[in-house]
Amino acid sequence: MNSPDLELKQLCCERDERVLFRHFDMRLFPGDIVQIGGPNGCGKTTLLRILTTVSQDYRGEIFWRGAPLSRNRLDYLNHLIYLSHLPSVKKALSPRDNLRWFSGMSSGHRQLPLEEALACVGLFGYEDVPCYTLSAGQLRRVALARLYLTPARIWILDEPFTAIDKQGVARLEQLLTEHAAGGGAVILTTHQPLALARVRYINLEDFQPEGWELDAEAEVAG
Amino acid sequence: MNAPASVQQVSGASAPLPSPHLGRAFAAMLQRDLTLAYLHRGEIANPLVFFLIVITMVPLGVSPEPEVLAGLAPGIIWVVALLATLLSLDSLFRSDFEDGSLEQLLISPQPLYLMVLAKVLVHWMVTGLPLTLVAPLLGIMLSLPGAGYLPLVFSLLLGTAALSLIGAIGAALTVALRKGGLLLSLIIMPLYSPVLIFGTSAVRGAIEGSPIGAQMAVLGALLAVAIVLSPLASAGALRISING
Repeated sequence: MNSPDLELKQLCCERDERVLFRHFDMRLFPGDIVQIGGPNGCGKTTLLRILTTVSQDYRGEIFWRGAPLSRNRLDYLNHLIYLSHLPSVKKALSPRDNLRWFSGMSSGHRQLPLEEALACVGLFGYEDVPCYTLSAGQLRRVALARLYLTPARIWILDEPFTAIDKQGVARLEQLLTEHAAGGGAVILTTHQPLALARVRYINLEDFQPEGWELDAEAEVAG
Repeated sequence: MNAPASVQQVSGASAPLPSPHLGRAFAAMLQRDLTLAYLHRGEIANPLVFFLIVITMVPLGVSPEPEVLAGLAPGIIWVVALLATLLSLDSLFRSDFEDGSLEQLLISPQPLYLMVLAKVLVHWMVTGLPLTLVAPLLGIMLSLPGAGYLPLVFSLLLGTAALSLIGAIGAALTVALRKGGLLLSLIIMPLYSPVLIFGTSAVRGAIEGSPIGAQMAVLGALLAVAIVLSPLASAGALRISING
């Protein structure tokens, strides 16, 4: 089983007439945990949005299980879960209602009952309070509870550790390890060092064009 | 911290996932938006209150003479219903856009068409439907002749649904703009005029005693076309808005 789940070839992205990254190649195998790093504004979120098919603003190719993404997008989305840097949680609703919506929208069976997933992220007893009474970290935990419910193989996480306490970070790292051990794959961005054994670190800055290249690229693009 | 229950991942590259269930997703979307509408019922009442206020002001501002009011009633009720719908459109996708749920909607393995349809259905249930239901009451206040009530309710029933659907296209196009309200009105107004024309002419025709089958049929046709095309157009517009 040596074929990559996800393969990026010569990915190049330009935003507001600025090249964020170019010639970006990556292969994601089952069991991989990839950390995307780099300074603020270097295009980490943009890269993740491209990988989730939310954004189509790129050149290059993305393959899902050997076929171009445009051709089997639905199958890919079936296997994908994306937590953006926004919690995507409705503040007027309770954590239970929020999770019920998410699990209704995504495919596949629940791995756990909703209550157990909330207990796993330390929200036991908060199932039915409105989310606007929760703290920022707890809001993030509501979003993270989705990871316990999803059967998706590819996890794309944008800053999942924001506002999470030390214990929560340890739990999440453990969850990521288990997911990878079970044949799943994780792509995440974070600024904090991960205490995981098999993390592949990719610095997005390495794919930024140098000054003189920037001019050349601009000429080509212009 | 309690230990996580063993998270069983589907292993093996070919393990198929159960295919998404359309009805379940549609129901989940409907349930969430209805719950949200119920929790924000103060905001939801806004268009209805606007509708009531304008209609009660007309006899004071124009003339309390029943003959004058009766002539104006179909047009005024329809125009105000249209404006009330327009007022509430901006919020259709706004909160989902701001909290990131819209992205989740776009990448869910469900057809966006159905999800948009569910959202518009809820929008109609909390704006168009109440407007339709209170319209006869306002008809009394504007001394609408007796023959006009049933056509008024039926034309509004068909018409407001079409207004919500058409409006969704504009709301989807302008959701990413900071101040999209004015642009939304400009985009939507021309598309609204056929609905208004046939809606008022149905009510007026009924009052004058002429057959109104044709106007009702056109309203029905407008609604049918809107159900088929508007969620498609809105879904495309949402993808463009989010892409930027």
